[in-house]
Amino acid sequence: MISLLFDPLSLFFIFVIFLVAIPAAIYSIGYLKKDYSQGKIILAWVLFFAFVLSMLLVVTVSNVFIFLIVWEVMSLVSYFLVVFDSTHEKSISAGLIYVVMTHIGTAFLIAAFMIMANFAGSFEFSALKSACQTMPYQLRNLIFILLLIGFGTKAGLVPLHIWLPYAHPQAPSHISSLMSGVMIKTAIYGIIRFIILILGVSALWWGILILVLAGASCLVGIIYALVERDLKKLLAYSSVENIGIIFLGLGLSIFFFKLGMFYLAVFALAASLYHLVNHAIFKGLLFLGAGSVYQATGTRDIEKMGGLIKVMPWTSACFLVGAMAIAAIPPLNGFVSEWLTLQAFFLGAFSVSGGLKLFLGIGAVVLALTGGLAAACFVKAFGLTFLALPRTSLAQEAKEISLSMKFGMAILALLTLVFGLAAAVIIKVLVKISGFAFSIDISNMKFGLNNFVLSPECGNQVYLSVPLLAGLILFSVILTVIIYFVGKKTKSVAYNTWDCGYYKLDARNEYTAIGFSKPFRIAFSFFLMSYKKIQKTRDSFYHIKSFIYETNTKSVFKEYIYKPLVNFVLRAAKFMRRAQAGSIHIYIGYIFAAIILLLVFMNRF
Amino acid sequence: MNIIFILLQVFLLLAVAPLISGLITKVKNNLRMRQGASIFQPYYNLGKLFSKGEVISVNASWIFRAAPFIALGSMLAALFLVPGFVSVEYAGDFLVLIFLFGLGRFFLSLAGLDTASAFGGMGSSREMFIASLAEPVIFLAIFALSLQYGSTSLSVLNNTHLLSVTGLASSAALFMVILAETSRLPVDNQETHLELTMIHEAIDLEYSGRRLGLIELSAYLKQLIWFILLANIIFPVGLPASFAAWQLLIWALVFMGRIFILSILIAFLEVSIAKMRLLRVTDFFTFAISLALIALGSAMFRL
Repeated sequence: MISLLFDPLSLFFIFVIFLVAIPAAIYSIGYLKKDYSQGKIILAWVLFFAFVLSMLLVVTVSNVFIFLIVWEVMSLVSYFLVVFDSTHEKSISAGLIYVVMTHIGTAFLIAAFMIMANFAGSFEFSALKSACQTMPYQLRNLIFILLLIGFGTKAGLVPLHIWLPYAHPQAPSHISSLMSGVMIKTAIYGIIRFIILILGVSALWWGILILVLAGASCLVGIIYALVERDLKKLLAYSSVENIGIIFLGLGLSIFFFKLGMFYLAVFALAASLYHLVNHAIFKGLLFLGAGSVYQATGTRDIEKMGGLIKVMPWTSACFLVGAMAIAAIPPLNGFVSEWLTLQAFFLGAFSVSGGLKLFLGIGAVVLALTGGLAAACFVKAFGLTFLALPRTSLAQEAKEISLSMKFGMAILALLTLVFGLAAAVIIKVLVKISGFAFSIDISNMKFGLNNFVLSPECGNQVYLSVPLLAGLILFSVILTVIIYFVGKKTKSVAYNTWDCGYYKLDARNEYTAIGFSKPFRIAFSFFLMSYKKIQKTRDSFYHIKSFIYETNTKSVFKEYIYKPLVNFVLRAAKFMRRAQAGSIHIYIGYIFAAIILLLVFMNRF
Repeated sequence: MNIIFILLQVFLLLAVAPLISGLITKVKNNLRMRQGASIFQPYYNLGKLFSKGEVISVNASWIFRAAPFIALGSMLAALFLVPGFVSVEYAGDFLVLIFLFGLGRFFLSLAGLDTASAFGGMGSSREMFIASLAEPVIFLAIFALSLQYGSTSLSVLNNTHLLSVTGLASSAALFMVILAETSRLPVDNQETHLELTMIHEAIDLEYSGRRLGLIELSAYLKQLIWFILLANIIFPVGLPASFAAWQLLIWALVFMGRIFILSILIAFLEVSIAKMRLLRVTDFFTFAISLALIALGSAMFRL
């Protein structure tokens, strides 16, 4: 008998799932109709519902055994969605990486759950929770590590993020938006449910470890996103970054909780959940936008786009809103949650002592740098895709997308604004949820409409009134328009862009994505391992017939972690193959030896 | 009543903003043994731009047309948060101010890309590069200060004066950031239109007439806001004791006096150093962030 759980934590995640799933479903009506056959459309809908249902079950079941089953169903359904466009050669390899990585993660989860269930003698959450209170210290640490690896793989935490930039872009776009927007958040649910709620926070280093990994995720994700020229892959890398920001809040909350600063812990977790729902909205929106662009142009390469704002005004407006939100531009929602996370760092540093102050300071710097780079990344993503002149005929012949797709995106675009302006209400709800997760009475925390007072730990008041701020911006822009129109009317003419006297300026003179990210590539070359190859073929000493210039970056993780690992596995397999000679006599010998060994084993033990 | 005072303050600061640039240019010229233009030259320039017609590129979209309004609008909104003789703190703190700067920068950088000119793209790329490096320095410096003052609220910074290692080191770090953010040497050079070196100028290369005027005004405002913030950290004046006329006058003289001294300091600095190569800017910011780290370290020990 499966019993479902509807506590505040589960309800919150159900809300997040529906928040993205409904617009994505509306969007997919138009999206699927254009490119797929009737049979495939039905298959897509079946898989879509199975995917959403499995995610809903993941956040509501109350039994670890069932949890593992629905978790596996979610992984498998999403695998089928990743390889949905099976005509693409990339889909198959992306699916393979995904299915391998996700099962490695599940293996760690199974190990953790088995230890817990063995100790408790039951699979029920409530039984596990009471059992974990008497669990020895070392065992808890072990379970924490296992859970962190297991859920970290699903979330795309560095260095386990390797599958994410392959798998997410390969799925159809409405699924990409669900995977990046919602599926990776189920891992956050798992961490809150199993580590904070059931296992119970029992060591300070848990928080510190999560913070370090989260900081690494932020920087790694955004630096790769900056140099990426595949639009959907860029968004996937940016998901790694945003998961990092969510984990920063999560790590902070565990950190504060262990230091006995309970209100700050609740505040940090609320900030983290706020960013979680925000990321679900704007990343969902951006993936839908990227899907529209892909459908209109048939390519995901930013270098081949440009000028789409003129042919696709709706898509570009929605994408712009998403880009602004993710770049933490006020008054949209990304700004609010990033501000809250920064405040959590500040308020925490004010209360802790000594070296921990420095640690939190560096954490805040990582977040600030991430924010700055994210803004640059999305100036690039929007600017080069939608602005200036079309670089290829693909972009030139693009058409605006169908009505249902526009509608799906418009809902999410509107939500970014709503979740920014309603910050004061939302934070109150989120504080209740995180108070529930930590079982802390939050009735003493005060959240006014325009000030946050975290009494009694921090008497200081911090002000942010998003509606007032939005009003100020609006008022100021109106004022600017008035300044513009004051005085005598002047004339305005349209003319070519200044071309330095060169007679014809065309799209080849535009700045490129690779040019845009050049300063970043050089500044972070120690990490990106960028290289260039120049190959010249000469007719004679004086004349070069052809010239090949190639510049690219290498992934540190692939090069130094995953490649050696894969090589090791392959070598081990090759070694083991010697036992498989193909001769039936040897196999009979193996069976015989195995029976003898088993008999000896049974006798002795 | 309060609203009238706030509006008055915003308009007064808006009116005085171009003067700072005029002063810096004048001092720089005098230091180079030149006569130099009047310190009111920025006003004449604005007047000229507002009476001229504009040319808008045929490649440009609505982003290009809207960006100047958003740029100046975001700076004006930021100006509302800056503590002067009235304090408007309930809309946001120091961090919000930095995010507001981000709004203007985001749209100007997009506008740079919008006209399909290589210069504009180059400018946006460089502007975003420098801004993303400046951001951690700003936040770390504010972080160190907030540890000492107990809040990131702007009015707190303006009311408490603590001469301390933290204050000095974070002011120095912020000073370096200000050089970058206001397109001054050694990061950018306002006096040149050389393609290879310009950053901010490259973004607004395609603008003319009134829209260029708006962008220039927003740059002046940004400069003024940064100067006020830095002056508030080094030498806070608080709020005037009362709204009596003579007290307000003295207060205003002190308030602006600090900013003029800061401007002259920057003028001296600008004539004595050369511009850096773009990629050396990382070293510049590494130094600034080291200063901010010193500030944080000393805040730990309450120095």
